[in-house]
Amino acid sequence: MLNQSPLWKTLLVVFIVAIGALYASPNLYGEDPAVQISGLRGVEANESTLDSVKSQLSESNIDFASVVLEDAQILVRFADTDAQLKARDLLDGNMGDQYSVALNLTPATPDWLAAIGGVPMKLGLDLSGGVSFTMEVNMNEAVVKAQEGMASDFRTDLRGEKIRYRSVKKLDESIEIIFRNVEDLDNAESFLKKRYRDFIFTDNSDTLTLTAQMSELKLKEIREYALQQNITIIRNRVNELGVAEPLVQRQGQKNIIIELPGVQDTAKAKEILNATATIEFRMVDNENDLATALNGRVPASSQLLYERNGTPVLLKKRIMLTGDHIVDASSSFDEYSRPQVNITLDSPGGSKFSSATKDAIGKPMATVFIEYKPTDRLDSKGNTIFEKKEEVISVATIQARLGKSFRITGAGSQAEAHSLALLLRAGALIAPIQIVEERTVGPTLGAENVKLGFQAIMSGFGLVFIFMLIYYRAFGVVANLALSANLVLIVGVMSMIPGATLTLPGMAGIVLTVGMAVDANVLIFERIREELRAGKSVQQAIHQGYDAAFSTIIDANITTLIAALILFSVGTGPIKGFAVTLSIGIITSMFTAVIGTRSVVNAVWGGKRLDKLSI
Amino acid sequence: MQILNLKETVNFMSYRKYAMAFSVILMIAALSSLFVNKLNFGLDFTGGTLIEVGFENSADLKQLREILANDGYGDAVVQLYGSSRDVVIRLAQRDGVKAEMLGNQILSLLKDGTGQELVMRRIEFVGASVGDELTEQGGLAMLTALLCILVYVAFRFEWRFALGSVFSLFHDVLLTLGLFSFLQLEFDLTVMAAILAVIGYSLNDTIVVSDRVRENFRKVRDANAEETINISLTQTLSRTVITSITTLLVLAALFYQGGALIHGFATALLFGVFVGTYSSIYVASAVALALGVSKEDMIPEVVEKEGADHQEMMP
Repeated sequence: MLNQSPLWKTLLVVFIVAIGALYASPNLYGEDPAVQISGLRGVEANESTLDSVKSQLSESNIDFASVVLEDAQILVRFADTDAQLKARDLLDGNMGDQYSVALNLTPATPDWLAAIGGVPMKLGLDLSGGVSFTMEVNMNEAVVKAQEGMASDFRTDLRGEKIRYRSVKKLDESIEIIFRNVEDLDNAESFLKKRYRDFIFTDNSDTLTLTAQMSELKLKEIREYALQQNITIIRNRVNELGVAEPLVQRQGQKNIIIELPGVQDTAKAKEILNATATIEFRMVDNENDLATALNGRVPASSQLLYERNGTPVLLKKRIMLTGDHIVDASSSFDEYSRPQVNITLDSPGGSKFSSATKDAIGKPMATVFIEYKPTDRLDSKGNTIFEKKEEVISVATIQARLGKSFRITGAGSQAEAHSLALLLRAGALIAPIQIVEERTVGPTLGAENVKLGFQAIMSGFGLVFIFMLIYYRAFGVVANLALSANLVLIVGVMSMIPGATLTLPGMAGIVLTVGMAVDANVLIFERIREELRAGKSVQQAIHQGYDAAFSTIIDANITTLIAALILFSVGTGPIKGFAVTLSIGIITSMFTAVIGTRSVVNAVWGGKRLDKLSI
Repeated sequence: MQILNLKETVNFMSYRKYAMAFSVILMIAALSSLFVNKLNFGLDFTGGTLIEVGFENSADLKQLREILANDGYGDAVVQLYGSSRDVVIRLAQRDGVKAEMLGNQILSLLKDGTGQELVMRRIEFVGASVGDELTEQGGLAMLTALLCILVYVAFRFEWRFALGSVFSLFHDVLLTLGLFSFLQLEFDLTVMAAILAVIGYSLNDTIVVSDRVRENFRKVRDANAEETINISLTQTLSRTVITSITTLLVLAALFYQGGALIHGFATALLFGVFVGTYSSIYVASAVALALGVSKEDMIPEVVEKEGADHQEMMP
């Protein structure tokens, strides 16, 4: 018999649509107002933090719906925004500097649904409101700085090898070393070539010059490093902002995208992103008594600072070294598998540090992190007042005379070593960054966009629905079923894919898909009509209609998909959002319009003796 | 129900000379408009700052302009956006001022100047370098799209059809750009996305027609190329019309209900779908015919095998 689908095929269609509907369903539940508490700089929220949050809320009689510890973050849900705001103010005051307390809207997905990974679609900033920045890393500056560092390294190394030179100069794209005689030139060349493999050396014995140029690979490495470093620093700063679910992501070769949902006060966000931080290495003052200093009698040459846990440290005021000499800092393990932080300095920093630590072996040295944080206060000109915040982030005993590279052990856990390395790097920005793009969407516009987009989808859907019903009657109903299933699948897939974000252009993409998705059905149905007109039997016509239209549908959709994928790969922001829904829509519509409708058509009309068809 | 009930084959191709002349005239018009009027590039491409502000009552644009001019922002473009209470202010890049701080400054300026409660709806700042990159990327995206499609269609069908369809895509894009240039509508990123979607749509149409032409070349024995194309166009005409109707229906919904932000997008697609429908009938097929597409090109001599026509397409 013609037009009968095997049971498994029908079940597969039902199954896929059901899965789509299941994962689309979290979008039906609303959102709970919540407060999110997360640790800063390596501090992690734990069970005791959880207990403290719970008791603080109960003491102040603030009702909460639930409180959970998840991914080292505490999430407290509330029944209404009143309680949420009260709790935020309470916790913000009590939790201290080590935690950030942020307002959040958490999906009210039921537990069983969340347990199988059901989450609502992520809304783009144009729908949720908030600000997005694109920051550009000044790569030229990074390369210039690296070259300056190399020029001074060359000097130190040549001096160390006792090779005499007339001058070492940093030119635009290379470093030029001029010698006094050919012999020195040759010696230097063979020495430097061995030592600096990522440089290309060219000699000119007439002018007695040796030119060193960075290899492409080295340049790429420098740029990559500058970008990564900036991303790390920005992540740290963004965490300080107390924004729920911020996004910091690289884009292309030199840009960083920062998305801060819900943030309206862009001025403050910008100040924090542009804030400066530095590192200083200073000796601990052991000659004077800490207790006396704590009583208020701090010696003139010293300063009283505190560690993060509140331990006071008396430090010498003299700075041994500042953070701009730090070239790299990373965390690893030492030979006893204890966490350690490896620090590399540039050449001048290395020699400075070497002479500073020469007579200090066995004495404790402190690392101080200095940050300029914006406050809520404004000066007379309306500019935000910045507060200088100094904090001791590590105290370590100097084991030996330190040079260009050294390590700090005993920094605590691996997480702490890691965060110390991050802080050290934060104190030495090698490439400045600049905001090149900003998009702020207010909450009213965001809500309005959601409403408008939803309206457009519904009325577009309604119009097509009615049209298909009138034009194809019973088969129109089948096409409409497919169209509805398609919408559900798009929403389901969008919710399932972690990186997919729904934006206003994305909603436009869904609208467009609704209009174009019926094309496959139109192709099939028109073909069936043609076959009927040509005098084929009903079952033959259905069979031929689906068969003949199939390759056309595939070809037409694949070409559209090519256009959509190109949009996705080159596009940014709004274009990408549109490309995502369009691509998903093309794929799901092929499934529902071809395989889905076939199952329904076969189930209703297949295998029966029919003289007429309602098409 | 049926909109078109065609018993006879319509002789589409007999009008192809007129259609070609019509298309060429339109394309020249679009090109000249692009050269003379240029495109009215939006913030995404030019760089600068844009602030959208919502007022409680109807906004007095003249007053706003005065407030801004008094503070040295005489070059600000102040326009209503979507409703009488929403105002968009555009500012070009300026030296000396930290551009990313401009938005907030303007906002407080207006707040003080009008004494009205106002809501920040959006602030956009785009650096000049970003705009240049986008223009480059956008152009590149369109070229890549056209090239990939050319290759796919050549592989699946035949090079004459491929050239025909790519030419018709080019035709659609050019006319849509021409419309935007002629009416001086703002050309921003979403419009750019819409134009790429037009490429997708128009191609969809062209493929359906080409597919039918290929089928008929094999099936209808006693017809020449022109007749075969006419038969195919007639057979696919009702599908072409219906799909255009459903697409235009949803686009109309988008145009009227999607809000001001999506207007440019909807306009580009509405026009593009219209042109795309026309071009898949007249431009793509006519070009393929002019290039001398024939039965022999479409029917592999030996066994029918996937990829066999691919071999043949290489000149």
